[in-house]
Amino acid sequence: MKRFAALYSALDATTSTSAKLAALVEYFRAAPARDAAWAVYFLAGGKPRQSVPTRLLRTLAAERAGLPEWLFDEAYQAVGDLAETIAHIMPDALGTSDLGLADWIETRVLALRGLSPETLRVRLGEYWDQLDWGGRFLLTKLISGGFRVGVSRQLVIRALAEVVGVDHKKIAQRMVGWTDARHMPDAARYLQLVAAPDPNVSHLDHDPGLPYPFFLAQPWQQSADTLGDPAKWIAEWKWDGIRGQIVKRGGQVWLWSRGEELLTERFPEIAAIAALLPDGTVLDGEIIAWRAGDDKPLPFAAMQPRITRKTVTRKILDDAPAVFIAYDLLEYEGIDLREQPQSERRARLAELLTALRAELLGDLLPTGPHAVLRLSHELPFDSWGALETLQRSSRARGVEGLMLKERSARYGTGRTRSSGLWLKWKVDPYTADAVLIYAQRGHGRRASLYTDFTFAVWDRNPAAPEGQAVLVPFAKAYSGLTDAEMREVDAFVRKTTVEKFGPVRSVTPELVFEIGFEGIQLSPRHKSGIAVRFPRILRWRRDKPASEADTLGTLQGLLGEAAER
Amino acid sequence: MDLVIARPEGLYCPSGDFYIDPWRPVERAVITHAHADHARWGHRHYLATRDGAGVLRARLGGIDLQALPYGETVDVNGVRISLHPAGHVLGSTQVRIESRGEVWVASGDYKVEPDPTCAPFEAVRCDTFITESTFGLPIYRWQSGDEIMTEIDAWWRTNAELGRTSILFCYAFGKAQRILAGVDQAIGPIFCHGAIEPLNRAYRAAGVVLPETRAVPDGNAAEFKRALVLAPPSAQGSPWMKRFPVYSDAFASGWMRLRGARRRRALDRGFVLSDHADWPGLQLAIDASGAQRVIVTHGQVAPMVRWLEEKGLRAGAFETEYGDEELGADTAPDDSGKSASS
Repeated sequence: MKRFAALYSALDATTSTSAKLAALVEYFRAAPARDAAWAVYFLAGGKPRQSVPTRLLRTLAAERAGLPEWLFDEAYQAVGDLAETIAHIMPDALGTSDLGLADWIETRVLALRGLSPETLRVRLGEYWDQLDWGGRFLLTKLISGGFRVGVSRQLVIRALAEVVGVDHKKIAQRMVGWTDARHMPDAARYLQLVAAPDPNVSHLDHDPGLPYPFFLAQPWQQSADTLGDPAKWIAEWKWDGIRGQIVKRGGQVWLWSRGEELLTERFPEIAAIAALLPDGTVLDGEIIAWRAGDDKPLPFAAMQPRITRKTVTRKILDDAPAVFIAYDLLEYEGIDLREQPQSERRARLAELLTALRAELLGDLLPTGPHAVLRLSHELPFDSWGALETLQRSSRARGVEGLMLKERSARYGTGRTRSSGLWLKWKVDPYTADAVLIYAQRGHGRRASLYTDFTFAVWDRNPAAPEGQAVLVPFAKAYSGLTDAEMREVDAFVRKTTVEKFGPVRSVTPELVFEIGFEGIQLSPRHKSGIAVRFPRILRWRRDKPASEADTLGTLQGLLGEAAER
Repeated sequence: MDLVIARPEGLYCPSGDFYIDPWRPVERAVITHAHADHARWGHRHYLATRDGAGVLRARLGGIDLQALPYGETVDVNGVRISLHPAGHVLGSTQVRIESRGEVWVASGDYKVEPDPTCAPFEAVRCDTFITESTFGLPIYRWQSGDEIMTEIDAWWRTNAELGRTSILFCYAFGKAQRILAGVDQAIGPIFCHGAIEPLNRAYRAAGVVLPETRAVPDGNAAEFKRALVLAPPSAQGSPWMKRFPVYSDAFASGWMRLRGARRRRALDRGFVLSDHADWPGLQLAIDASGAQRVIVTHGQVAPMVRWLEEKGLRAGAFETEYGDEELGADTAPDDSGKSASS
C-alpha cells in the first residue's frame, strides 16, 4: 500500500510524461505480482464499486476529526475533493501498515461493503490510523470509488513493456478486459500479462470473449485539402453512438463498449443478430438508437435509458431500438486482420455483411433483424471541396461529422499514429452568447476557485420596449477557460457576489461567454425549456455587454433547425 | 464603547483617534507590518516597530515614521499603545491598545511557528482579540518549517546533481528571507530576482543573518546549473525565465497544501510553507489571548466566526481590505499570464 501510495503521489505531482513513466517503471520493478495486478487494474481505469456510501464516509470522517459537519462541508468546498479533505483533517496517524496493496483491497477495502455504520466507524478509524497523508488519501479514494489517475493506459503498457521486455503491442492486447468486473486481478493474471510470448498459447485460451484494443481517431479541425490525394482516403459518417466491438467465437456472442464494459445483455437485439455471424468474427462499429424505417438515427439522449437502467424493459427496447453500424472487421475465420490495410478490411466486411443479408433475406422482411446490423457506407467523393459540402450537412443527417480513414491504415492500438490515421472531422458546435449568473467552486485542479458556472440567455430582447427582460439559465459549463482567465473570473465572482445559496453564488450579470454545445432538445425539466448536450465555454466575449447576449428565441431557432433534421 | 471599530478608511480607534493598517490615507496610522495590503502609502504619521522600520522605509520611502521597540508603550490621546511580535515577517507586530482598563489586541498577520528571520509570536492577554484567518479551515495544518527546508534542500540538491536550475517562486518579502535563512547554502550558489534583493538588504541592515545572495544578471550559465534562484510568483512564465535553459520550478506557499492549487500552477513542486498561522495555530493564539470576544478580519471569516461562537466565545467580523496580497500570491497573479498548457 505504501509503495502504491507513493506511486500515486508521484503520478499526481507531475505533468511530465517521462517522469510518470519513470515512476511506473520503478513501481512495477519492485512490486510483488499480487500487488502489481491490482495496480494495473486501478491504473487502467478499473473501479471497484463504492464500498462505503459517501454520506456516511463524510459523517465518520468529520466525527473522527472532531469537526461539526458544517465545518467539514466548508472544508470540502474549499478543497473540492472528498478524499483529500479527509486526508487533510484527520489527526496524525498512530502507526504504519506494511500490508501490501492486494491485501488492503481484498481483505479490507472490499470487505467494508454492507457493514453497519458502527462497525465501519471502528474499521475506518483503525485504517486511517495506520496510514500517512498519502496512504489516507489513496485509501479514501479507493473506498469512495473515486480513484482516478492522470496516466493513459498506453503509458501503463509502455512501463510494463519496459520492465519485462515484452513487446508493448502484445501487452496491450493481453490487457484488454483487465478492468472487466467479472474477474479479480491476481498474481497469476499479472504474470500472464507480462509473460514472454509463447506462440502456442493465445491469451484467448483464458477468455475467448475478449475484444481487441480499440483504435482511436485523432481530431481534425483544419481544412481537408491539406490531406493530399483524396483517393487515399475513405470517408464515412461519424455516428453519434456508443463505440463497440462484437465478438463471435465458439458459438457465443460478446458485445463490448470502448470502456471495456460488457453490454451484451443490454442490447439483446444486437446480440441476436450477432449470433448469426460465423465463429471467429470481430466487428468494430457503433451502437446507435434507430427506429425501423427512419432515415436517420435518434438523438444520442435516446440511448441513455439503455445504458443507465438496471433492467432493459420492453418499453425501453421499443422506445430506443438499437442497431450496430459496423465499420471494421478485425477478425475473420479466427484470423487477426488488424495488420491488413483499411481498404482490404472494409472490402471483406462489406462481403461478410452482404452474404449475411442474402442468407437472411430468404425468410425475413427487409425491415427485419438484418437491419439491426448494417454497414457504415463509404461516402464517395472526388474532391475535398465536395466532401466539405457533405460534411456541412452532417447535422441534418443526425451525425457528428465525418470520419476520414487512410486506405492503407492498419488497425492500431489506442491513439497511436504509427499504424496510419483515422481522423474525426466533426461539425462546428452550436453556439450561443450567454451571461454568467451563478458560480460554484470547482474540483480537481479548479478546486477552491469559482469555476463551475451557470449561464443564462434573455427571455426576450432586452432592448425591446415592452416589459423587462429576465435572464433564464440554460446551461452549466466549466471547461474552456485558460488558467489565467479562470483566476480572473474567480476574482470577479468573489467581488460581485450578490447572494449565496449554500455553495452557489449569484453574481452581477455582466460577463458574456460564447457557449458551444453539440445537441439541443426540448426539456420540461429545465427552466428554459431547453436542454443542451456537452456545453462548454468556447471563448470569453469581452467585447459584448450582457445586454447583447442571445435570447431564448435564438435557442428556439436552433431547436427548430435541429428538429428539421 | 468599542476600542476599535471598522470605518471605510480602515480599523479605527475612536478614543485614540488613530487607525490600524488603514487602506485609505489618514492622519495617523499604526502599521502592523510592511506587506502592501497592510502598509499603504499616503498617511500623515506612521507608527511601526523599530525592527520593521527598515523594510517599511524600503517599501514606502520617505514617510513620517515613529519607530517603537517591541514592548514599549506610547500614549496617543490617552490611549496606551504597545507593539508585540506577531512572528509573521521582520518587524511584524500585534497592536495592543489599552484604555480605561480595557485591552484590545489587533493581530495583523501572524504565525506561531519559529522563524529565524523575525521575533517569535508573543501571546498577549486581552479582552478582545482582532485576528486574521487567512488559513482558518481545519484542512490547513503545517509541517514544521525545518521539515519543509529539508524538502527544499533535497529538491535543490537533486536538481544541482542533474545540472538544472532550481527556481523557487516565493513571496519577495518575508518568505524569501525565511527560505534563505533556512536552506543549506553548501549545495550551490543562491541568486535572487531583482524584486527580492532590496528586501534582503533591508533584512541584513536590521541584523538578520542571511547567506550570500547574488543578482541574477551577475550569474553565468555554469553557475545557474547548480543554483537556487528565488523569484516572486509574478516571474513565472515571464521572459525573465528565458535565461535558464534547464530548470525545475517550485512554489513555496501555504496554498500549496491543496492539490488543486498545486496542479493549477503547473509547477514541478509545491512546498507548503506559510507565514500565516495554520488552523491549530489560530486556535492556539486565540486561546492564549484569553479574549472573550474575537473579531475576524480576513481570510476564512465566516467559518471561523461560527466555530468560535460554537465554542462559546463572542465572535464577529470586520470587513477589511486585507488579504488580497496573500491571495494574489496564489490565486490571482494576473501579471503572470500563464495558460493551462504551459
